[in-house]
Amino acid sequence: MAGKAYKVFVPRDTTARSMGADDVAAAIAAEADSCGESVTMVRNGSRGLYWLEPMIEVEAGGVRHAYGPVQPADVPALFDAGFLSAGRHALGMGPTEEIPWLAKQSRLTFARVGITDPLSLDDYRDHGGYAGLARAVGLTRDEIVEIVTESGLRGRGGAAFPTGIKWRTVLNAEGAQKYVTCNADEGDSGTYADRMIMESDPFVLIEGMTIAGLAVGATMGYIYLRAEYPLAIRIMNEAIGIAEAAGLLGSNVMDSGRAFHLEVREAAGAYICGEETSMLESLEGKRGMIRYRPPLPAVKGLFGAPTIVNNVITLASVPIILAEGAEHYRDYGMGRSRGTLTVQLAGNVKRGGLVEIGFGRTLRELLEDFGGGTATGRPIRAVQAGGPLGAYVHPSQFDTPLDYEAFGEFGGMIGHGGLVVFDDTVDMGEQARFAMEFCAIESCGKCTPCRIGAVRGVEVIDRILNGVDESGNLLLLRDLCDTMVAGSLCALGGMAPFPVISVLDHFPEDLRAR
Amino acid sequence: MSQVYEAYRRPEDLGAPPSESTATVQLVIDGKTVTVPEGTTVIRAAALAGINIPKLCASDMLEPFGSCRLCLVEIEGAKGLPASCTTEVADGMKVTTQNPRLADVRRNIMELYISDHPLDCLTCPTNGDCELQDMAGAVGLRDVRYGYAGENHLDAEKDASNPYFTFDPSKCIVCSRCVRACDEVQGTFALTIDGRGFDSKVAASQDQPFIDSECVSCGACVQACPTATLTENSLIEMGQPEHSVITTCAYCGVGCSFRAEMKGEEVVKMIPNKDGHANHGHSCVKGRFAFGYATHKDRITAPLIRDSIREPWREVSWEEAIGFTAGRLKKIREKYGANSIGGITSSRCTNEETYLVQKMVRAAFGNNNVDTCARVCHSPTGYGLKSTLGESAGTQAFDSVLKADVIMVIGANPTVAHPVFASQMKRRLREGARLIVIDPRRIDLVRSANVEADCHLQLRPGANVAIINALAHVVLSEGLQDKPYIEERCEADAFEDWRRFILEERNSPEAMAEVAGVSAEEIRAAARLYAAGPNSAIYYGLGVSEHAQGSTMVMGIANLAMATGNLGREGVGVSPLRGQNNVQGACDMGSFPHELPGYRHVSDAGTRALFEREWGVELLPTPGFRIPNMFDAAVAGDFKGLYVQGEDMAQSDPDITHVSDALSALDCLIVQDLFLNETAKFAHVFLPGSSFLEKNGTYTNAERRISPVRKVMKPLCGYEDWEVTQLLANAMGYPMNYGHASEIMDEIARLTPTFSGVSYEKLDRLGSIQWPCNEKAERGTPTMHVDTFVRGRGLFRLTPYVATQERSTSRYPLLLTTGRVLSQYNVGSQTRRTRNTQWHGEDILEIHPHDAEQRGIEQDDWVGLKSRAGDTVLRADITERVQPGVVYTTFHHPESGANVVTTDNSDWATNCPEYKVTAVQAYKVTRLSDWQRQFEDFTETQLEFLREARTPADA
Repeated sequence: MAGKAYKVFVPRDTTARSMGADDVAAAIAAEADSCGESVTMVRNGSRGLYWLEPMIEVEAGGVRHAYGPVQPADVPALFDAGFLSAGRHALGMGPTEEIPWLAKQSRLTFARVGITDPLSLDDYRDHGGYAGLARAVGLTRDEIVEIVTESGLRGRGGAAFPTGIKWRTVLNAEGAQKYVTCNADEGDSGTYADRMIMESDPFVLIEGMTIAGLAVGATMGYIYLRAEYPLAIRIMNEAIGIAEAAGLLGSNVMDSGRAFHLEVREAAGAYICGEETSMLESLEGKRGMIRYRPPLPAVKGLFGAPTIVNNVITLASVPIILAEGAEHYRDYGMGRSRGTLTVQLAGNVKRGGLVEIGFGRTLRELLEDFGGGTATGRPIRAVQAGGPLGAYVHPSQFDTPLDYEAFGEFGGMIGHGGLVVFDDTVDMGEQARFAMEFCAIESCGKCTPCRIGAVRGVEVIDRILNGVDESGNLLLLRDLCDTMVAGSLCALGGMAPFPVISVLDHFPEDLRAR
Repeated sequence: MSQVYEAYRRPEDLGAPPSESTATVQLVIDGKTVTVPEGTTVIRAAALAGINIPKLCASDMLEPFGSCRLCLVEIEGAKGLPASCTTEVADGMKVTTQNPRLADVRRNIMELYISDHPLDCLTCPTNGDCELQDMAGAVGLRDVRYGYAGENHLDAEKDASNPYFTFDPSKCIVCSRCVRACDEVQGTFALTIDGRGFDSKVAASQDQPFIDSECVSCGACVQACPTATLTENSLIEMGQPEHSVITTCAYCGVGCSFRAEMKGEEVVKMIPNKDGHANHGHSCVKGRFAFGYATHKDRITAPLIRDSIREPWREVSWEEAIGFTAGRLKKIREKYGANSIGGITSSRCTNEETYLVQKMVRAAFGNNNVDTCARVCHSPTGYGLKSTLGESAGTQAFDSVLKADVIMVIGANPTVAHPVFASQMKRRLREGARLIVIDPRRIDLVRSANVEADCHLQLRPGANVAIINALAHVVLSEGLQDKPYIEERCEADAFEDWRRFILEERNSPEAMAEVAGVSAEEIRAAARLYAAGPNSAIYYGLGVSEHAQGSTMVMGIANLAMATGNLGREGVGVSPLRGQNNVQGACDMGSFPHELPGYRHVSDAGTRALFEREWGVELLPTPGFRIPNMFDAAVAGDFKGLYVQGEDMAQSDPDITHVSDALSALDCLIVQDLFLNETAKFAHVFLPGSSFLEKNGTYTNAERRISPVRKVMKPLCGYEDWEVTQLLANAMGYPMNYGHASEIMDEIARLTPTFSGVSYEKLDRLGSIQWPCNEKAERGTPTMHVDTFVRGRGLFRLTPYVATQERSTSRYPLLLTTGRVLSQYNVGSQTRRTRNTQWHGEDILEIHPHDAEQRGIEQDDWVGLKSRAGDTVLRADITERVQPGVVYTTFHHPESGANVVTTDNSDWATNCPEYKVTAVQAYKVTRLSDWQRQFEDFTETQLEFLREARTPADA
């Protein structure tokens, strides 16, 4: 029959695909075929409800309804249940926007993620895309930088440095050539926000970088993209090609007479290259080694030229700030932490996925309201916040609000927003050992405290766990942590002791002879 | 000169290079107010104030790095503990370098280092001179709580492949100083850190043994190493030196300053002097390591005489040798006339020695028959620069290159022949200076690590003047000349003549392209680049001078530099890279038959009167024989006696067959040398020479820098070379009575206006002096021709291109050009007696694959090489470094016979031989040439004659 045309959304994001989204898409196409239904399938990005992936959506009456997690075997039953018209089914979640997990979020940076077809420029524009750049081309460099400064946006890569101030430095630095570089070497354990942006809404990053280029007078941008993200690399490259063809990149951006070119550079597969100076070395084609600072990259960065180095999320937050104004963004958040944070719930958690909310909510809200506790159903014993260099947070600290300064007060950090949850079966002694081991494996080898210290750290912890001079070695471990924190050249050696110290302070019972 | 003996100590290291800034900053370090240039790092500011902050990775020879973390300090208001080696000073900064917190962190870091370090200090080669040991002491390390059972590198294997130093990675602290020295100081980029984290290790090239890597053995890494990881083998064998003496290298014309680090009269190490004005603490494999020849068993230390070269030598006393020599020379003079004897001075001997030889010839022999090896290398430089600019020397100091924007290298191969200057040039190129190379071969500078020429004009040998004229044609025809400069500083009529000449169509790039084998577009691009500057500097070598049009080319270079206003300030100029350590000095000292010291013609009565008054003799107003004239006259039977100090014409001069004939025709050939060199095999008297370690004196390098040579050991033969000349002059009846080399310099200063302010006392004080040094320039003259040219107005001279007679024909279709390798020096009599032979054991013929293919020649085949002068056989290296139609070799080994093939063709003005172009044929052979077999027989006979002289003494 010449029935009506249905629109189905099946994510093409790496996580959804790893959970079977491609097979589900094939099954839907086959089933539609056999039923003679006309189905338009959009391979959108993920909404970030990873606990529901593969989560498919259907548009019915102008409203999108979600079903998940869907496996190919579920597809015939879904058709039987009339899911194409939002029919009821056990996997049905109702209208997507009304799923509380999503409804409670404030999606600014991720406004389009999971909604649009990642490589549809029209879709991007229909959902507010390129409004920020359209405004930026009418502004002076100074004005753009001022708006970003006023928004209170801080670096989302982990260091939380005020973005506007960094841009101002690049703007004021002398240099015939300037660069915008995007650190997309997302390597923290339990993080995937950067990948989601690049796979699900690549134009927002392109737009953000273009605005950055206009703001500081940089004509060239590079995305240093993790080699382990092949799909993101493919999508970003395609999106750049589309933007170039549309005059949104190139020698005359949006007919402004100003140039901005953008290229993807595949990263070399080292955690240390996520550190900005190592990333610049690697971008220059050199071994990924730390440069001392100052001079800051903003003054002397890529090939010695003034360079913006920002994380994906930072740059992807810029278009909405330009489009909606600094105040709109700044109104979210608390204290000096303005706007939204993209939390990535991972590890032993019941409802994992991406949560974008204004700063200020407590860690407990995240873990309980969004996360729903552990996947195993056992009590949470610890949460590692901010990646492998972040402290293990003890349940007694769970009421800390998500705020850079509040976390800093107890020696913790928000970093890139990754939260990895552990239940009460975790061996915190092993976790402390892992922190040192990770540092030893990933150390670039330049500075002594990190190069030798991390190896000795593993050995000292082993001796403690094996009951060799426990009290002496515990003292030595503290001393070593202090030496690494005080003496290391960069954050890897300087922060690797933080998880160890948090175990010494809050889980001492696990760091002793077995 | 005072001896300047110093008890051995490690040279002071301020931890960071100086800042160039003229603005100053005031800060407080440990309560002390310190004022330093802006941009200085805290560690250097502290060191200047006498406050030593512990450090391991920082050095004032290297850019800041910040890896060892020992130099952490506290700075008021700053977060954490900043590294003082990477932190720049700021006005009002308050720095604390010592407190309990810093002491703890430093001790704990040292503890980490030592947890991965062997504890064999007492038997370690650097015991007593180890920075790691010193720092462990400085921070008070008493205990390594980690123990020594953890992961470590103690079993890492040594690499002893390099003949001069050993790499022991078990002692490495991964400070990267060696890697950085290789990159920043030497510019070879042979070293790297391999692996990461705890696995980080120093690796040569692709983790190869040093000897197989790109390492050029300059020694910078060894010098930079703060531990015993990279150590001189001589130090491993001998232990620490106990005193050191500053002296000057006796190899190339860079004239590096060294500290001879001594144990009694034995040299333990030669360490480049950080205060050396030519080398700033850098060195090459020759100066740094190849000094073993000075004590080689082949050294002859007692005089030898014989009546004929077909007789064995007799070892005799100095008295007998000098008496024998003077007797023979006098007899020749009586029989054949005053003009029948002469002398040759050495570019390897000191100024004082050279001066004395020419003085002896003029005053004691009574003629002007004195010449020097510059005849066969840079005589066109003297002629060409004197006639255009007014002074026979380079216009710049080496440091000038650091201000150059465009560097043009013509017929020079600095990375092998002037390596230390090449490193400085490469540093500037890495900073962004542009490079033009004009050379028939693809020399390393054309493309090597982090250096690439913007233009390589790969011309046909012999086409230099065609190229320089075409470059000038582009400048004038495109209006790129510096008109105000020309008007203000140059002779107008001469410029007008030259302008008209250069603009003739025959000089256009299009017309010259065919002749030069370089496209007009390439020539135009190079000309535009050079003219754009703003600071353009020309460096050239023997590839300019050793041509039939050598002098023309030098004048062409001067013309181009004048036309573009590139003379008279830093960053520009015309700089000949002179081959031997004292070739500039030998020329300055009046070694030429037509010139008295200071380049004053013998026909000038005023100058002659000055010398006649001082020397107490009457001098001839007419020039004497040049070297080729001496040889021709010897063959003709008119020239019979020759005194040769430290030269080896029988290997170094062209057309060896002719040279041998000439030497064989002499009645008395006196050779003064360290070894029985090729020329000495034809000699009747052998007077043992003294090495640069055995005498006092001065050398003048390619930038006119007079540097002290100091005696660090007694002469093995009993006399410094100048003392022997003095003995001979006295025996000839002309009294000389110098007590010390300094007295000779005092006489030079009295008689030579450009040297009037030079004295040993001043050299001690200033370290070195660039002439002219006189009342107008008390401390010397780094840059010449600043406001006006020495001759007044610059003189453009016409330089019509005339093709050399050495052109390819059906009989001799290839063009042979010659050059040098890094590890060997000149005739090789020194470097062949060192372990440098490990890199270059024989001379090789480079041939293009196309030419090899045509001749059925394969890699390493024996190749016959024949010219109209003679033939020899060399092993083939098939390479694209040479262009099709061109073959190339070196002349470091006498048995190679490169100069059997070169011809008597020479520069029209100065007779400088055309070594760089010889028409030849190459063909596959299976045995050595006739000449080579005769050479072998002759050499064996002469060595037997030497053994016979020595046997009784040894028995």
